[in-house]
Amino acid sequence: MVFNTSDNSRINPQKFALWSAMASIVMMFAALSSAYIVRQAQGNWLEFQLPSMFYVSTIVILLSSLTLHNSYRSFLAGKEKQYKSLLVATFVLGLGFIVAQYLGWQRLYALGVDLKGNPSGSFIYVITFLHVAHVLGGIACLIVAMFHAFALKFNVTKRRKHRFELVVHYWHFVDLLWVYLLVFLMISK
Amino acid sequence: MSDIITYDEKVLIEENGFDDHFHDHHHEDKYKSNFISTYIFSMDHKMIARQFLITGMIWAIIGAAMSIIFRLQLGFPDESLAWLKPLLGKWITINAETGIGSLQPEFYYALVTMHGTIIVFFVLTAGLSGTFSNLLIPLQLGARDMASPFLNMLSYWFFFLASVIMFYSLFLSTGPFSGGWTAYPPLSALPQASIGSGAGMTLWTVSLVLFVVSVLLGGINYITTVLNLRTKGMTFWRMPLTIWAFFVTAILGLLSFPVLASGFFLLMCDRGLGTSFYLSEIFVGGAALDFAGGSPVLYQHLFWFLGHPEVYIIILPAMGLVSEVMAVHARKPIFGYKFMVYSILAIGFLSFIVWAHHMFMSGVNPFISNFFVVFTLIIAVPSAIKVFNWIATLYKGNLRLNTPMLFCIGFVSMFISGGLTGVFLGNSAIDIQMHDTYFVVAHFHIVMGIAAFFGMYAGVYHWYPRMFGRFMNETIGKIHFWATLIGAYAIFWPMHYLGLAGVPRRYYRFDSFDAFSSFSSMNQFITIAAIVVFFAQILMVINFFYSMYYGKKMTTKNPWGASTLEWTTPINAGHGNWDGNLPVVHRWPYDYGKNGQDFIPQIAPMAEGEEDSH
Repeated sequence: MVFNTSDNSRINPQKFALWSAMASIVMMFAALSSAYIVRQAQGNWLEFQLPSMFYVSTIVILLSSLTLHNSYRSFLAGKEKQYKSLLVATFVLGLGFIVAQYLGWQRLYALGVDLKGNPSGSFIYVITFLHVAHVLGGIACLIVAMFHAFALKFNVTKRRKHRFELVVHYWHFVDLLWVYLLVFLMISK
Repeated sequence: MSDIITYDEKVLIEENGFDDHFHDHHHEDKYKSNFISTYIFSMDHKMIARQFLITGMIWAIIGAAMSIIFRLQLGFPDESLAWLKPLLGKWITINAETGIGSLQPEFYYALVTMHGTIIVFFVLTAGLSGTFSNLLIPLQLGARDMASPFLNMLSYWFFFLASVIMFYSLFLSTGPFSGGWTAYPPLSALPQASIGSGAGMTLWTVSLVLFVVSVLLGGINYITTVLNLRTKGMTFWRMPLTIWAFFVTAILGLLSFPVLASGFFLLMCDRGLGTSFYLSEIFVGGAALDFAGGSPVLYQHLFWFLGHPEVYIIILPAMGLVSEVMAVHARKPIFGYKFMVYSILAIGFLSFIVWAHHMFMSGVNPFISNFFVVFTLIIAVPSAIKVFNWIATLYKGNLRLNTPMLFCIGFVSMFISGGLTGVFLGNSAIDIQMHDTYFVVAHFHIVMGIAAFFGMYAGVYHWYPRMFGRFMNETIGKIHFWATLIGAYAIFWPMHYLGLAGVPRRYYRFDSFDAFSSFSSMNQFITIAAIVVFFAQILMVINFFYSMYYGKKMTTKNPWGASTLEWTTPINAGHGNWDGNLPVVHRWPYDYGKNGQDFIPQIAPMAEGEEDSH
């Protein structure tokens, strides 16, 4: 679908488009972070400890990036079996992250931090929910990548490497985004 | 006497162009297979541009017609509007005794709100930037199409979907949203706040979220195309100013619209899930609502963080179009090309750090206001550079005073008039008197409404042959121009006086206020001028569609003698733009009157000993 008339020295248009999209996602969360800071400065702000489940989910998503990265390297090295199994592991860990976030919300609720109550709680639900929505997009990409892995004959081509890279970049992005959000929520307490 | 040298584009492209193997894979254009894929779900950027333009025109007519209805109310509050009953139905109530039909105040607010939303987002963002970014980015860069034609098509259809939903909301029994186009809470956040705040607001939000998706898909594509798909030789400093403007516009949109999306997301949570981001303790009908501790000012910050870049998203493409059209019809290189580019970049950057000048009266810290005053006033510098350069381009030019050129000159006039009042409003002390008055209405309508329309008209008249292979009628075009120029000043000039006298905007009628009732004849004058201008625009629409079938045919590829690449394609170019090779660029786009030649196209190689013009 892409009319690539450029020479190869230039960056790939699809990859660049993905990065542009990431920039706009970053702006979305930057807006929420600054809204959080502005609202917090106005007082009437409930203080509470983040449930430790959110740290568990952080470890899970960091692990998933690791497995995906190794899957990519195995793909380049032509190790078909490793490539496929690590890709599936990433997918499972990705789902695990979402489950962990869900459990985190339950812990929050059990703490008495409700979506409707003090805005400090509302912000955490909204920010983490929007992040999970973007992770779901990543899960969809992983499903496409697994489809490529299992339905197509294993073959290291430029085209497939490029496709896989798009998935890898996005997944690392949602991972880093979560790390940023967690650090932000920890610091701005 | 200058030598007339004619360039044979075909020879230049075939000899100097490069083969990108466009036709190797399929022998005929596989996209042009049937009616639906050619005219409806088209992936050809030229067709998508026309789709944006025509959808934008339909919205412009609707938005302008709304303004006529509320201007009738403001100019002639006691006249009967019963004749509008067939159109507006229950929104016109007819007094049983006198038979006088009057506009429902609730619907007056809905009209004002929808007029703003429609013109700002659907006409001047999608209709202007959507049309010309799509048309010109691939054509002027020498690309076959956008980086992703599919995303480009989606961008239009998300806009279409947003349009359908917004249009549907006009016919709700409770009316469309009526809390102002900025949708400030609590009117937007409490469904019970006014009749338009219920279903009307829900549809408004859904529509605008889809619109944001459309802008983002388009913007990602424009940026990627500019950075990746330039033809050989098309360096950044050889890009026409149109492309620079669209490029920066797309970056602004990409960085600011997501913030609006965040703001809307929190708004939806307040509306539907009972959170209190924007709603503090509120009593409705004596009973306290559940909300506690929210801040409506937070919404204003998020909204204007988009809202201010948004006005540059509107005006920058118009500036780019004017720069290009003006150089062509003045037969002179644009004056200060690099300064024009730096000004675009400076305006783009500054647009992100001035948003709170919309909120001087919202209770923000006055010391913080100082910061925003300073940066707001600094925007005058790149703006003035641009104005100076346009005037210097005109100076001693060999002007062709045709319709596109007239609209360019009109644009500069409007931009100066509206820009000067911006210097007043950017000042937080003067804003205490001016804010929310007709002075503000006059300022932004001239500087980003009329000026942006003028830029768009310059573009439409200039590139009409490129889009439809025919010319628009010049006589009607000139009537359209003069009626619009004089009429627009007649509408908005008096509003400055109203505003200085403190007449507030968004009021339903003024005759019942002692302080404002003396302006009734001025309001009548404004209304009459608005009606004249409205019919001048209808004339333009008629000209537009009439010329599509009966306009003078375009017989040569490059009727204006322009040097940019879009005029080297075949008259009815198919998907892929150039038949054979892609053109290769050898020079900047403004070689007009160089070395005694009328113009030298970008595809002409440098002559021996010739030096770059900038």
